Amino acid sequence: MIEVRELKKSFGSQPILNGVSFRIEAGESVAIIGRSGGGKSVLLKHIIGLLQPDAGGVFIDGENIVAMNERQLLRVREKFGMVFQGAALFDSMTVAENVAFPLERKKKFTRAEITRRVAAALEMVDLPGTEKKNPAELSGGMRKRVGLARAIVYEPQIVLYDEPTTGLDPIVSDSIDKLIMRVRDQLKVTSIVVTHDMRSARRVGNHVLMLHEKKIYANCTPEKLFASTDPVVRQFVDGVADE
Amino acid sequence: MNFLAGTWVGEWLAGLGRITLLARDTIASCLTFKFSRRDLLYQIYFIGIKSQSVVLVTGAFTGMVLAAQTYFQFHKVKMDTATLAVVSVSMCSELGPVLTALMVAGRVGAAIAAEIGTMRVTEQIDALRTLATHPVDYLVVPRLLASTIAVPLLTVEAMATGIAASYFVGIGLLGIEPTYAWWNMLKYSSDADVMIGLIKSVVYGGIIALVGCYKGLSCNVGAEGVGRATTEAVVYSSITILIANFFLTMVLEHLCVLLGL
Repeated sequence: MIEVRELKKSFGSQPILNGVSFRIEAGESVAIIGRSGGGKSVLLKHIIGLLQPDAGGVFIDGENIVAMNERQLLRVREKFGMVFQGAALFDSMTVAENVAFPLERKKKFTRAEITRRVAAALEMVDLPGTEKKNPAELSGGMRKRVGLARAIVYEPQIVLYDEPTTGLDPIVSDSIDKLIMRVRDQLKVTSIVVTHDMRSARRVGNHVLMLHEKKIYANCTPEKLFASTDPVVRQFVDGVADE
Repeated sequence: MNFLAGTWVGEWLAGLGRITLLARDTIASCLTFKFSRRDLLYQIYFIGIKSQSVVLVTGAFTGMVLAAQTYFQFHKVKMDTATLAVVSVSMCSELGPVLTALMVAGRVGAAIAAEIGTMRVTEQIDALRTLATHPVDYLVVPRLLASTIAVPLLTVEAMATGIAASYFVGIGLLGIEPTYAWWNMLKYSSDADVMIGLIKSVVYGGIIALVGCYKGLSCNVGAEGVGRATTEAVVYSSITILIANFFLTMVLEHLCVLLGL
């Protein structure tokens, strides 16, 4: 269970989040939507402890991670997998080494077990046989798939996606959405997807949080959001620019 | 101390505090042996083996020019055979460690800052953290250990090459009488000179790795940020080495006198 309470964050004099609160139950799949630069990725990074808030709390299974130092956070982060906007693959390693990285760091798997798990993770993201490729040889969509394979290879309880379809064509975006749903359904993980792609939000989330004016403006099912008559919600859903 | 906030003095003190905390974390991590042996060996290879040519050329030509210049001055007072003694003491306690460290700072310090800085701006450091890996354990510790092992070995190489090259110049080109030159060199050079050089090189190895890692980990977003981090890593580590050299010389020389070495 993830709970965010009255989270506030500023960069310099620029406030980004101002009293954000919500709760996500285990096994839920939540899409966080909002305008570009609205603080979605910042919020996601607070959930995994990559950023420290100015005020407020982030509770993971009842533990407030805001009070933890970096070493204490390592234990909490074992529950998480995260897919970055630019994939953030280690460019000095091959695909197999990238995916095997979290398993090797844990030091409790044999070489054969690591090889088997890496192959299974790559199979799940539809990239079998790419083990020996370098990240530079992969397309944007393939890089995100490898990033996802690396995030799920150690079977985390929660997977965070930071703009997984940004910069991809509609067909590749569709395949990434399907992959997120497949991971959600097969591994029974809690998924949090930050996106400004409304189609993606509707498909991957069984709950939607909308960030607006530094706060959670809407917290409802995708159906309710798309049927909403609220002008702010409608403007975002319909993709209408300010006059 | 609030009056210092926003001033360059405040920023400098804050930076000093951050690098001190990084050093503390790194030393604590070293003691828990959480680093990968394979990464350590690779870094020793990268810092030690790959810096061979730079250090050999630097050591050789420094020894040669020092021998020539010392000879030209000593020849005026008929002290030609003391030339190699001066070169030997200088190469062991001062020039060997300092010039090796400066060359390694230029090659390795810049590479460390650029590599870690690029990892930071492409979110690879954040990825490490989400994969429950502390960046200090994975990135800083192997580089710091490798640097403190490789730089002293490179320094010994620079000392030996410099002295050998000065022998070639002094005896072969300038015609110094070899027996007396050799005898004087052994008489005035001591184990303490070599020990001072080695102790200094361990400290300089630590400075190069720590400053390079710190600049990479704290670099600003974008290509400009990486470029600046790289430049600052070289400049700051070189200046720190030169300043530290003075204080180390004073402390170690006094220590040698106290211990009767």
